[in-house]
Amino acid sequence: MSLYQGIFKRDMQVAFKQKAELVQPLMFLLMVVTLFPLGVSPSPDTLQRIGPGVIWIAAILSSLMAMERLFRDDFQDGSLEQYMLSGMPLPAVSAVKVAAHWLVSFVPLLLLSPLLAMFLNLTVDMYIALVLTLLLGTPLLSLIGAIAVGLTVGLQKGGVLLALLLIPVFIPLLIFATSAVDSAALQLPYHAQLAIIAAMLLLAAAFAPFAIAYSLKVSQN
Amino acid sequence: MQFESFADFLNMGGYAFYVWLSFGVTFLAMGIIAIQSLSKHRALLKQVVVEKERKARIKKARQQQQDNT
Amino acid sequence: MWKWLHPYAKTERAYQLCLTLQPWFWVGALVCLSIGTVWGLAFAPQDYQQGDSFRIIYIHVPSAILSMGTYVAMAIAALVGMVWQWRTAYMSMIAMAPIGAVMTFIALFTGAAWGKPMWGAWWVWDARLTSELILLFLYMGVIALYGAFEDKQQAGKAAGVMALVGVVNIPIIHYSVEWWNTLHQGATISKFDNPSIAPEMLWPLLINLLGFAFFIGAVTTARLRNEIVLRELHRPWVQALATEKVSKQTSGSPNVNLKEGS
Repeated sequence: MSLYQGIFKRDMQVAFKQKAELVQPLMFLLMVVTLFPLGVSPSPDTLQRIGPGVIWIAAILSSLMAMERLFRDDFQDGSLEQYMLSGMPLPAVSAVKVAAHWLVSFVPLLLLSPLLAMFLNLTVDMYIALVLTLLLGTPLLSLIGAIAVGLTVGLQKGGVLLALLLIPVFIPLLIFATSAVDSAALQLPYHAQLAIIAAMLLLAAAFAPFAIAYSLKVSQN
Repeated sequence: MQFESFADFLNMGGYAFYVWLSFGVTFLAMGIIAIQSLSKHRALLKQVVVEKERKARIKKARQQQQDNT
Repeated sequence: MWKWLHPYAKTERAYQLCLTLQPWFWVGALVCLSIGTVWGLAFAPQDYQQGDSFRIIYIHVPSAILSMGTYVAMAIAALVGMVWQWRTAYMSMIAMAPIGAVMTFIALFTGAAWGKPMWGAWWVWDARLTSELILLFLYMGVIALYGAFEDKQQAGKAAGVMALVGVVNIPIIHYSVEWWNTLHQGATISKFDNPSIAPEMLWPLLINLLGFAFFIGAVTTARLRNEIVLRELHRPWVQALATEKVSKQTSGSPNVNLKEGS
């Protein structure tokens, strides 16, 4: 167990040393959200209507930028190979790494979310729903994203490819998450949407670590 | 036959453009991928032969060089 | 139980299988597609609501069904490759991807061309069209990932993982899009949902479905052959085969000499 703790601690330390890489996706998120009032309309009603979708789309796009970091350094400096040779089960190692990555890249996003909600004129009910969907949905982004990151980590030009691979896969999450927030706006219950996102998250949590481990092995060849 | 005349058939009850466009594009797309798949095979086989002959020539040239020295 | 399959893991056997199957597939595709298309276009009765524009159904529905079917077949091939470590399984997976993408494109295009007279717009965010569009993205992802790797062995494995991720997602995408659609538009678009289809209309549809399936089989086997030759360039059996084929094609023509001189 202490080995996994060590990996976790190391990942956190490395992440906090590269502050720019942590902050840049968040700045990107903020800027994308800023574009919508400018590009669509600054009227509060319109913003409220498109708000949930805008925040979620921006979150997905910025997560794609943050995702690349997940295995890249470990792949390049050979630590990944060390993990594979160490005899530790690779699915467990990758699960730990995904958890560390989620903490450093999505928890700041959650902290930023009140500001985004204010920008887009979301009501308190909508904001609560948004936070709940982000809490359930962003680990799903990390888990599924990590599979594709594992596959593209060895490629020179992985950035756009990663987005091409992942965006279609994230569509159901986007649909359910935004509809939960929309329901909250109408004072309707949104347990069903949350339950579906939670179900997808559990499914991903059960299978994704194995898929990540396999894809890392493929990349490592 | 559902149509009175050939002109009627071409007209497709007023939907000629959409119906013939769909069928045209469909068979065009299928034709392109079929021809591409088949012609690539021929090109590949030729490439294999050219490669092989090139290797044989290189080997022969080396042999001659050795014989000369 | 599956022992009879194992010899085809060898590229040479798989190549021979493609060679024997291919003519049958081409003939089957040609026959079924001509019968189904002519029957559907000229002899099937008119739809009482949509007139003759419904005849697009004879290519739209088969291509839509088979675009999904091909993706599932790709995922099965990827799984077989993973479980038994067959190179030929990955090769056939990647041989299927382009034709699957073409089928998806056909389904999208005919859907749009059908939608224009029916809905008054080329593109409507209808549930089926939307999930078909997402399917096209999934195909493109697999093809792009395969193309990005230099080492095609590795590329096959990577694309296989993505195909499997996609196939788990297809039902989720399908139902989520359908649900999203009813949420946003209500059940206004039900023109496609004919409760039952008359048998005179159904037969040409089934024949065309079979024809499209044969066509996919034919293109897949043709592309699998290409893939095998491409990966086994230096094997003696490929070289012997190529020499035989090329000499047969160009025998007696001066091209042979020209090539040797070049």
